Amino acid sequence: MTTTDTTPGGAVPAAGAAPVLEAVGIGKSYGSHEVLRDVSMTVSSGEVVCIIGPSGAGKSTFLRTLNRLEEPDAGEVWVGGEPMGFELRDGVLHELSERRLSAQRARTAMVFQHFNLFPHLTVLGNVLEGPVRVQRRSAKEARREAVEILERVGLGDKVDAYPGQLSGGQRQRVAIARAVAMKPLFLLFDEPTSALDPELVGEVLKVMGDLARDGMTMLVVTHEIQFAREVADRVVFMADGGIVEQGPVEQVLGAPREARTRQFLQRVLA
Amino acid sequence: MATARPTGTGAGDATRASSSRPPERPGRELLPQVRLKHWGRWVSAVVIVVLLVALVYGASQGDISYRDIPYYLVSPIILQGLVGTIVLAVVAQVSAVVIGVVIALMRISKNPVAQAFAAGYTWLFRGLPVLLQILLWYNLALIFPRLQLGVPFTDVVFVDVSTNDVMTTFVAAFLGLALNESAYMAEIVRAGLKSVDRGQIEAAQSIGQTPAQRMARIVLPQAMRIIIPPTGNDFINMLKGTAMASVIGYLELIKAANNIASFNLQVMETLIAAAIWYMVVVSVASVGQYHLERSFDRQDRRPGGPPNARALRRKVAADLGRAPLVRSTP
Repeated sequence: MTTTDTTPGGAVPAAGAAPVLEAVGIGKSYGSHEVLRDVSMTVSSGEVVCIIGPSGAGKSTFLRTLNRLEEPDAGEVWVGGEPMGFELRDGVLHELSERRLSAQRARTAMVFQHFNLFPHLTVLGNVLEGPVRVQRRSAKEARREAVEILERVGLGDKVDAYPGQLSGGQRQRVAIARAVAMKPLFLLFDEPTSALDPELVGEVLKVMGDLARDGMTMLVVTHEIQFAREVADRVVFMADGGIVEQGPVEQVLGAPREARTRQFLQRVLA
Repeated sequence: MATARPTGTGAGDATRASSSRPPERPGRELLPQVRLKHWGRWVSAVVIVVLLVALVYGASQGDISYRDIPYYLVSPIILQGLVGTIVLAVVAQVSAVVIGVVIALMRISKNPVAQAFAAGYTWLFRGLPVLLQILLWYNLALIFPRLQLGVPFTDVVFVDVSTNDVMTTFVAAFLGLALNESAYMAEIVRAGLKSVDRGQIEAAQSIGQTPAQRMARIVLPQAMRIIIPPTGNDFINMLKGTAMASVIGYLELIKAANNIASFNLQVMETLIAAAIWYMVVVSVASVGQYHLERSFDRQDRRPGGPPNARALRRKVAADLGRAPLVRSTP
């Protein structure tokens, strides 16, 4: 039931597109509790993948192993052709220092459930922190881009506000802008709407939909089945620390093969 | 009790529901109201004032020449003592902050040896009375007549000095005060660092910040809000704690007062002069602390809080129809 073999029809990268992200055999345990068991996934450039499943399935933990916020016990993560957290020398993976790992992380970006905006920086300061302090891009150029991105997420008039002065939906849109400003290879979304009041979910999902249409590569852990249906290229269903089923949206959400998937969908769509 | 609750709540709801409708205005003038007279407050105020007057009168009857105090306030030796107090307190506090940050970082590091060292350090220097620590340092020469810096078990010696030459009253007092305070600072800094939400560090990691950047840009600025108030309190304590250095003969306010009194026996007059200086210095430090706290508190993070100063400046500038007076830097 929890085999990780990709079902036929799923994980077929678009022709010619190199995978920007490959996770191979990821395993993770907390003590005796196995959170992830041999999870593998490939994401190509421009793909939008939604990861759904019951809570405790290991979705968030898996997502967090991809930028190594969570160190996997087993398996490899390859980001843009580089092994995350390691350096390949003579066929052996040598662990990188925290400093070098940071440089690898700068090619990725993440949006968190609880936004995690920097409260002591303005909206603009939050968005500029990565491009200017980490990527050392020219302040003027980065600033122009940051304002542009903020305008795109509908917050052009909030550049000088502090996060504490914004609503939850606005904060999450700033967090998305902060992630986009990194020009990442892909964007990781960890339940981006779970902490929002119901009436604020829509504005965040709209921004995410716009990004998807602009060709951003996205991995989204979400409970918003409707969003997955409309925006995702591929849906992955996880349960009990493994991938149960994955494939095109119509298949996984429309005609799931696995009983477990059907059961879950029935419950959340009821 | 438990059964009474639901009915009680229900009744309360009903009352609130009915009272939420504005009552009809009666067809008459509203009745005059008489405010409660707070007689108790008047009585206690009078008692306090009378007691204070009695106290001042009593003090004026004492066998003391108040007119000499202003003279002592600005006498060269007292001023020298004042400088001694301030210099010792500032140098000791600044050193304690630096050492405290290092110890706090060791305490939260993943290295078990560093952790244990930091815990032991705090245990030792916080556990002993400051006066005892000052005395131990001052008398170090009794067990180590010479201080040498070199490579152990070889003849290589870089520095070789007499302990008594190094361990002046200032150095001994400085070591006693700074090391004791650094143990407290370590705990304050640790509490500040721990107060920063784990999600902040993860967000900083997610945009690729190195550990040093995370500390400097994200963690410390937020921890400062927690660190500064107790540090200000500690500095005020430090100012007063320097009085203990008088025991080994370091010239600070108490020692200066005693020096004068040993000539003319005006013990109370000189001590009161010293006391006034302590009050002045502590008051200045308190004001400084207030402004320091404000500067780290300038952005109100609560929703609906006041607009920050920079945004306000922009708005004013916009209203005046010209560019902002102060450009915000990215």
